Amino acid sequence: MSMRHTISILVNDQPGVLQRVSGLFGRRGFNIESITVGQSEEVGLSRMVVVTIGDEKTLEQIEKQLYKLIDVIKVIDLGSKPMVDRELALIKVNSETSERPEIMGIVETFRASVVDIGTHSLMVQVVGDTIKIDAMIELLKPYGIREISRTGVTAMTRGNDTK
Amino acid sequence: MNEQIPKQTSTEQLREKWMKPEVITGSEVLLRSLLLEGVDCVFGYPGGAVLYIYDAMYGFDDFKHLLTRHEQGAIHAADGYARASGKVGVCIATSGPGATNLVTGIATAYMDSVPMVVITGNVATTLIGTDAFQEADITGITMPITKHSYLVRDVEDLPRVIHEAFHIANTGRKGPVLIDIPKDVSAAMTLFKPVEDVNVRGYNPRTVPNKLQLDKLAQAISEAKRPFILAGGGVIYSGAHEELFEFATRTGIPITTTLLGLGAFPSGHELWTGMPGMHGTYTSNNAIQQCDLLINIGARFDDRVTGKLNGFAPHAKIVHIDIDPAEIGKNVAVDIPIVGDVKTVLEMINPLVSHTDKADAWRTQLQQWKQEYPFRYTDSDDVLKPQWVIEMLNETTKGEAIVTTDVGQHQMWAAQYYKFNHPRSWITSGGLGTMGFGLPSAIGAQMAQPERLVISINGDGGIQMCSQELAICAINNIPVKIVIINNQVLGMVRQWQELIYENRYSHIDLAGSPDFVKLAEAYGVKGLRATTKEEARLAWQEALDTPGPVLLDFVVNKHENVYPMVTQGSTIDQMLMGDE
Repeated sequence: MSMRHTISILVNDQPGVLQRVSGLFGRRGFNIESITVGQSEEVGLSRMVVVTIGDEKTLEQIEKQLYKLIDVIKVIDLGSKPMVDRELALIKVNSETSERPEIMGIVETFRASVVDIGTHSLMVQVVGDTIKIDAMIELLKPYGIREISRTGVTAMTRGNDTK
Repeated sequence: MNEQIPKQTSTEQLREKWMKPEVITGSEVLLRSLLLEGVDCVFGYPGGAVLYIYDAMYGFDDFKHLLTRHEQGAIHAADGYARASGKVGVCIATSGPGATNLVTGIATAYMDSVPMVVITGNVATTLIGTDAFQEADITGITMPITKHSYLVRDVEDLPRVIHEAFHIANTGRKGPVLIDIPKDVSAAMTLFKPVEDVNVRGYNPRTVPNKLQLDKLAQAISEAKRPFILAGGGVIYSGAHEELFEFATRTGIPITTTLLGLGAFPSGHELWTGMPGMHGTYTSNNAIQQCDLLINIGARFDDRVTGKLNGFAPHAKIVHIDIDPAEIGKNVAVDIPIVGDVKTVLEMINPLVSHTDKADAWRTQLQQWKQEYPFRYTDSDDVLKPQWVIEMLNETTKGEAIVTTDVGQHQMWAAQYYKFNHPRSWITSGGLGTMGFGLPSAIGAQMAQPERLVISINGDGGIQMCSQELAICAINNIPVKIVIINNQVLGMVRQWQELIYENRYSHIDLAGSPDFVKLAEAYGVKGLRATTKEEARLAWQEALDTPGPVLLDFVVNKHENVYPMVTQGSTIDQMLMGDE
């Protein structure tokens, strides 16, 4: 059965490493829903978080194929453990002065924040899992969305484990 | 052959000699590092971005450099050298077109897990990314077809990178590693000291298997009534042919060897059932379909072996032994997965197993199939049959030669009718199916094994994809016997068009090919032609009696097909036998 999986990949911080990982997904027909990269807790290593869709067999192949890349140090399927997954979205929404209080109401409910105000617009910053951000966007749509920028998901297991 | 490969100082002596740090150029670092890895022969082609490297090689004779006539020739030669010797093949080319001409050869080696270190020059680091003259992003281009690659931006990194590259290429599942060296890096000065050890954090191939899985395998063997072994190239690469022989003979389990596994088990042995797959034997294909235990040892369940996956080995418990975990479960669901080096695994399993007494009826059945359904063809006294030519080569050399091939019908006939007794004797592009591979790979194989007879079997199509390398045979007196199975047509394509595309022969006529005998002579290689059995015997004997290279043009029947044949989309026991 096809499911959404969140995979955390610890890689050498080397030129071309993103190309190695994304190229592998591309040429083997694995899906990438989102991919994020940044520094990890260790100097010289980066952490990528990839959200992909596939069945168990595909997930197994993704893990095994990733391990064949010399620059890949560790692969963790976060979906198999309790985890926290978050993304951040910036949403620029049309807003005349009269509409501001209504939009602020939505923003507060979602524990989002307004980070910029224009004469005819607001910029909203929202952090949460993908479902929450999708919901926020749905609610802002009636006002007219000018621009959306999402970071993609980053994630981590819960508890004391550092994997 | 001329005195080809220089006598080597041992790598230990060299290491000692160079332990005192010395300031040298990146190019000299490269040469010293190659010598420290035990390299005795490289294949290459100079150009702008590798001028410093070739300058360092001026008057240098610590290893042999063979100048091919095309970079593709160089990389296939390095491949043949690696497959014949078990050592890492080394190839050098310049940036841009030099590097891109290697791509087919790198992919060929990658698909067949051949250890190679490929060195390319690149434009200076200051010019990278500017579309400079002869610039190509070769690390980017080859990312999907290399085991790993390096773009060396700092000369300080060079000794470590070269040492790592050899380590990665020739351990675990072997494969090509590319090192791209910008021109300023090969020119830069650095304090050189041999690298002591290798530590690649993200690379720890698992060679020792899980003991629990071995116990399961031993148990399965003791219970099996219809066990069967499918052995592949991994046995040869791991140097495990003796352990495999012990495993098969101790248990009495019949065995097939894949195209790349030919030579891993002596073909004359009664347990051997011939090659499986698309053009495999009746016995092997039916054994796979009917066995109750299939033990895959170092093969990767390629589609040319499995045929239609849904319906492959339907009654079998499946065991898969492989050094590459990603191969296990990739194509075929596995009941007993065993990750490890084939040699280590077999060494550990052999004491745990004994003769499969429950399989007597099965062995009898397979023997009966072997008797009833050998490879066969209708011989003729009017035209030369390609199968007859291969049989003649086999009989006169008693299966002792190294045989390289190109790709197509002649490749399958060679696989079917040449009977191998030893590993590293059969060199063919199995995974990628690269035409043009046959001649240059034979040159590499001959450099690796100067004492052995090397026969390169080609079609009249493929030989024209790298025939320029006849020059190398002539000028270095490399005594390869170059056989052309000349049917004046792209035979395998013709066969498919006949059988599957209803005789719609589209663009397969090779009319306009050169007179191959004259072509050979133009390069200074002896050329001989045969159109009858008598001529063929005489020409071949003359070739064997000639100390140098010889090209033999065997003009054969145009309309011959390779049988048996499993058409795509069928299970492997649904075979066209050719006499329907």
